[in-house]
Amino acid sequence: MPSNKSVSDAPITQFVNCRILRDHSLQREDLWVREGKILNPEKLFFDEQGFADHKVDCGNKIIAPGFIDVQINGGYGVDFSQVTSDIKGGVALVARRILEHGVTSFCPTLVTSPPAIYKQVIPEVTLTDGGEEGAGVLGLHLEGPFISLEKRGAHPPQFLCSFEEGGMPDLLKIYGELENVAIVTMAPELANSGQAIRDLVRRGITVSLGHSMADLSKAEEAVQHGATFITHLFNAMLPFHHRDPGIVGLLTSDRLPADRTVYYGMIADGIHTHPAALRIAHRAHPAGLVLVTDAVPAMGLPAGRHTLGQQDIHIEGLHACVAGTTTLSGSIATMDMCVRHFRQVSGCTVEEALEAASLHPAQLLGISHRKGTLDYGTDADFVILDDTLTVRETYIAGHLVWRK
Amino acid sequence: MRLVILDDYDLASEWAAKYIRNRIIQFRPSADKYFTLGLPTGSTPLGCYRKLIEYHKSGDLSFKYVKTFNMDEYVGLPRDHPESYHSYMWNNFFKHIDIEPQNTHILDGNAADLQAECETFEQIITAAGGIELFVGGIGPDGHIAFNEPGSSLVSRTRVKTLAKDTIVANARFFGNDLSKVPTMTLTVGVGTVMDAREVMILITGAHKAFALYKAIEEGVNHMWTVSAFQQHPRTIFVCDEDATLELRVKTVKYFKGLMHVHNQLVDPMHSMKHYKD
Repeated sequence: MPSNKSVSDAPITQFVNCRILRDHSLQREDLWVREGKILNPEKLFFDEQGFADHKVDCGNKIIAPGFIDVQINGGYGVDFSQVTSDIKGGVALVARRILEHGVTSFCPTLVTSPPAIYKQVIPEVTLTDGGEEGAGVLGLHLEGPFISLEKRGAHPPQFLCSFEEGGMPDLLKIYGELENVAIVTMAPELANSGQAIRDLVRRGITVSLGHSMADLSKAEEAVQHGATFITHLFNAMLPFHHRDPGIVGLLTSDRLPADRTVYYGMIADGIHTHPAALRIAHRAHPAGLVLVTDAVPAMGLPAGRHTLGQQDIHIEGLHACVAGTTTLSGSIATMDMCVRHFRQVSGCTVEEALEAASLHPAQLLGISHRKGTLDYGTDADFVILDDTLTVRETYIAGHLVWRK
Repeated sequence: MRLVILDDYDLASEWAAKYIRNRIIQFRPSADKYFTLGLPTGSTPLGCYRKLIEYHKSGDLSFKYVKTFNMDEYVGLPRDHPESYHSYMWNNFFKHIDIEPQNTHILDGNAADLQAECETFEQIITAAGGIELFVGGIGPDGHIAFNEPGSSLVSRTRVKTLAKDTIVANARFFGNDLSKVPTMTLTVGVGTVMDAREVMILITGAHKAFALYKAIEEGVNHMWTVSAFQQHPRTIFVCDEDATLELRVKTVKYFKGLMHVHNQLVDPMHSMKHYKD
């Protein structure tokens, strides 16, 4: 058939026989892609009198926006917080492997580190679009060092910092530069944190509250300064108390700015959060739930013993423990496992489970106009899943980048 | 005329779809000889469109060599507005079948020169060889397309202002806000539809019963513009029981008695699987 498309000669692919996640529900619609973006077929039909060049039969599977992981510390033996001779290579390796989990964009996360590490690593981890080589890098997540000593968790205490005058000078002194940074986690009870939050938000960087002893009113203040995320809810913060709900109380606070949604990360691996706690959070504030893996370098490695950096780890199933002990050394669940687990224990709909891994992180980062949805004009990053929510194929910019 | 009466909406929709299917297939359309089909919008033809889509998906019916001409479109409504007739046709029909975009024709209610748009539409119909089968509906006020009461029975495609009845009837698609309903449309004329070689009018529901009575049991009258088809050599009215409620028992009995003849038009059902084109 002759091509009489007036806007572009680029090939058009039509994914048929599928159910796509659009407008918060799974609809029996075809998905049209051209030049790496989701195409509006009605506009194509009437404006350009165009038609598809290729049709792909999806076998009645589900098409969802690609998953976005905003907290991942490494994987497959790679540790983002370590300086190696090939930092870019390490990021690229993880980026390529997480395509198997349906992740099409992510924020490599650095735990509390000395300034020297930040100054060497941050400039090396540049923003990328993602493609056959791997998931796109949306920016770094700097988890620390402006966090609480008592709630540092596994972070090394000797590298914790506080704000001297607060604000950009303190941040740049420690981090060096903020060029490739998407998220910063900090404890708002640190003096002068307010200025730091405002300065980061003004630069377009998302501020997250975590590893903190803050009470609810301190947390609310931080949100008023511009914070919009909570790092791994429940973990590394004061537990919920009925007379002072702490940071957890942000989920139902009535003292937040009117137009603001507070998002919260949940590690839904079945280990770091009790299912009942997950359900309480989800029911209290479903729109804010963001699934994160918080995966450690041991993620993706086969069962057995491994040496990672200074640690000996033993992996069995979804548990990664310090070798010879039962001490957990971090999460090794993959994003698709988290989506399935979340759906199973919360009883939420398939749509909600998928949005917690795609739409919500995109909204958190303010990029939902191009990622995290299958709306017309957005980037064609998506996954094809079967009804068990197992990832079968991953696409970035409309190109197949991984198949099971 | 033929008055084909089925028990309910679904059966009426199916009969109409079968008829259209057989007409297209028996015409044996090809690149040299397109089947020209006039099409309506609204809630009445939805069941018919669903069946036609089914026939397409089962491989029995292709629209590759079919050219379609819609009856009307609102003036001034953005083309991608969910209530525009472009959206209606895309969502309810075109996106499910194999029709080629350049073979579909819908009046452009946002054209710079509406008069010229109407004249061009008439020319396109003529250039396509005229309409083989024009499918339409009927309004509660007896109008065909947007030829409101008082429209000339020999009218051509033109701009029409909607009657109050029609605006009220359409308000349900615009959040029941009368101020949001478009007041002008582009519509084919009564004369335009009369030029078709065959006309099929779908009428279902008790609320259309009075209009059907006026259209076929009273005289030809520009107040009930569907009545013009009493003077067309090949018109079929396809209805359900409820639409016949205002007719004389005698009329209904006569045509029901002819159903075995009418059914020969849809039985056997032809299929494109049985020939290659």
